[in-house]
Amino acid sequence: MRTVLHRPIGQEGTRTMNGALLFTQLVNGLQYGLLLFLVAAGLTLVFGILDFVNLAHGAFYMLGAFVSASITALSGSWPLALLLSPLVVAILSVPAERFVARPLYGASPLVQVLATFGLLLVMEALAMIVWGTEGRGVPLPSWLHGHVEFLGVALPAYRILIVLVGLSVAVASFWLVYRTRFGMQVRAAAANRAMAEALGIDTLAVEARIFAFGAGLAALAGALVAPLSEANLAMAFEVIIIAFVVIIVGGLASLKGAFIAALLVGMTDTLGRAFLDDALRTVLSAEAAETAAPAISSMSIYLFMAVVLAIKPSGLFPPRTRELR
Amino acid sequence: MRERHHQHTVAKTNVLTPFATSRKGARLLLYAELALLALLVTAPWLSTWLKMPFWLDLGTRLSILAMAGVSLNLLMGLAGLVSFGHAAFLGIGGYAVAIALWHAVYGGAPWLASESGLFHLGLAAGLGAAWAVLTGLVALRTRGVHFLMITLAFGQMIYYLLSGLETYGGDDGLTLDLRSQFPGITLDDAGSMHWLAVAGLIIALLLHAGLRSSLIGLMLRGTKADDRRMRALGYPVFVMQLGLYVLAGTLASLSGALAANHAAYVSPSMAEWTRSGDLLFMVILGGSGRVTGPLTGAAIFVILEEVLSSFTRYWHLPFGLLLIAVALYQAGALDIVSKRLHSKDAAETEMDG
Repeated sequence: MRTVLHRPIGQEGTRTMNGALLFTQLVNGLQYGLLLFLVAAGLTLVFGILDFVNLAHGAFYMLGAFVSASITALSGSWPLALLLSPLVVAILSVPAERFVARPLYGASPLVQVLATFGLLLVMEALAMIVWGTEGRGVPLPSWLHGHVEFLGVALPAYRILIVLVGLSVAVASFWLVYRTRFGMQVRAAAANRAMAEALGIDTLAVEARIFAFGAGLAALAGALVAPLSEANLAMAFEVIIIAFVVIIVGGLASLKGAFIAALLVGMTDTLGRAFLDDALRTVLSAEAAETAAPAISSMSIYLFMAVVLAIKPSGLFPPRTRELR
Repeated sequence: MRERHHQHTVAKTNVLTPFATSRKGARLLLYAELALLALLVTAPWLSTWLKMPFWLDLGTRLSILAMAGVSLNLLMGLAGLVSFGHAAFLGIGGYAVAIALWHAVYGGAPWLASESGLFHLGLAAGLGAAWAVLTGLVALRTRGVHFLMITLAFGQMIYYLLSGLETYGGDDGLTLDLRSQFPGITLDDAGSMHWLAVAGLIIALLLHAGLRSSLIGLMLRGTKADDRRMRALGYPVFVMQLGLYVLAGTLASLSGALAANHAAYVSPSMAEWTRSGDLLFMVILGGSGRVTGPLTGAAIFVILEEVLSSFTRYWHLPFGLLLIAVALYQAGALDIVSKRLHSKDAAETEMDG
């Protein structure tokens, strides 16, 4: 069953709205948003360069979680797993790019979607063969179990770690894309592929590297999430749609758009889950609010997307270099 | 460069199906599909005669899936709108039946409680149409891959809505205590259920065939080829596409209502996005734009699912590989591969498009 959407969000705390709870939920939202950014970054970079729609991207997130579970079990060292699993998954993504994605650059989106849907099913089945249908738990080292006092509020140490890792990787990817020679080639290929090729940029090589880079980022997100829930097969199917929502809201082609949209989506989801019940109580009966809140809050990010698109059909940060469709 | 891609797409999806690449092949495929349809119509008698009720069950499932496929093919074949959220309508139609019946049995919500099949179909159609209007107003402002992703996200919204309906089973879904009641026929009889599904399929096929050759159909096909030009010529492109979207959504919702009655069970997974992917696969396999194409697609899908899942629990592996192969073939990528084997230079010039 692919029904239980993984939530790396604490629902602990009292039901009353107060400053400390709000702060905790904001941190949770930030953490969730950063994880979403790690998944969405690869998706938006690949889409930005070649209009390539990759439904299989979520599978790299799932693989990251499983690989980190295996490395932790083998070596006993979770930090090692966190470092290695993005590399392993990036290498695993190379044949996927070479044999499924690359022949379809420039093909119709329909065909790309069909092929990457197939790729997703293949990777799910392979993961099922390797790791079985049961989830794999990942134990955290003891020093990450405690709480950290921050501005008078006790926050789980592991969530702080996720925020720190997420922020630094986000900064690093911005640096890579906007401040390095490689990033310049990526942006050139995204702006005008033919022109970039005319200037001697090997766009196929750029594309292959950015594909592997994106897969690695998604794997990192998976490895970070695994200790909170567990590595399971459904992860691939759940995260990909939310990542799509993020890049649609962000305007589909820029890292900046994806970053801001990821944080907005993360916050919307977390705050919706935490406070919608209470908010509905003010207008509905307690019983009606209790029934409606879970259904509405699980749709909150899609409602958010619908509102954004109703106002700006091409997302918050539409690409400037290409014509709008 | 973009224009070229666009025309490339239209040409490919119009002409090619993996089974019929020539005129003659297409005619043979059409005969096969008509034979399948005749087989479906006579299935209740055949299965009684051959004493194989299982095949009737499979035939009913095939008819319902094919009807949903036809409704998606209306969008893809006529207007070139690739929706990845079509399964949401199946979920809406299914739950319309299930919830009305649930209240009829367990009380509450007197305005909704009913055992009447006509009421169920009306409710399913109405809700499907309403959802199509709401989402179409937003999604149809975009094109191509944007449309695809937005419909995907909207479809998932219904999935989570249905999962959140704790009263009606939540994630676990809902078993129907009885089926829709129609005057004169009982759906508990497998034959009647089957004929209702086949009737739905035939109506959907006739609708597509009629629309295709009508003036509106021609205008819609014009928007598929070049919707900017159609707009410049003064045609109300947005309104026509919204109308088509509503029609397709209503049909899909009705097929969902049939599916709920057939299985006597509904669950959120009816609306899951992978279901939408299955529907897309069926339409493409049969050749999008061919009126009877979804029959081929649905038949192959049902057989694959049945055969592969009985052989191995890892049936997603061969199914996924097949999807990849169909897509590569459809994009002409397999030609590129074979050309590359012969001449590397030729392949390089292929890739820069």
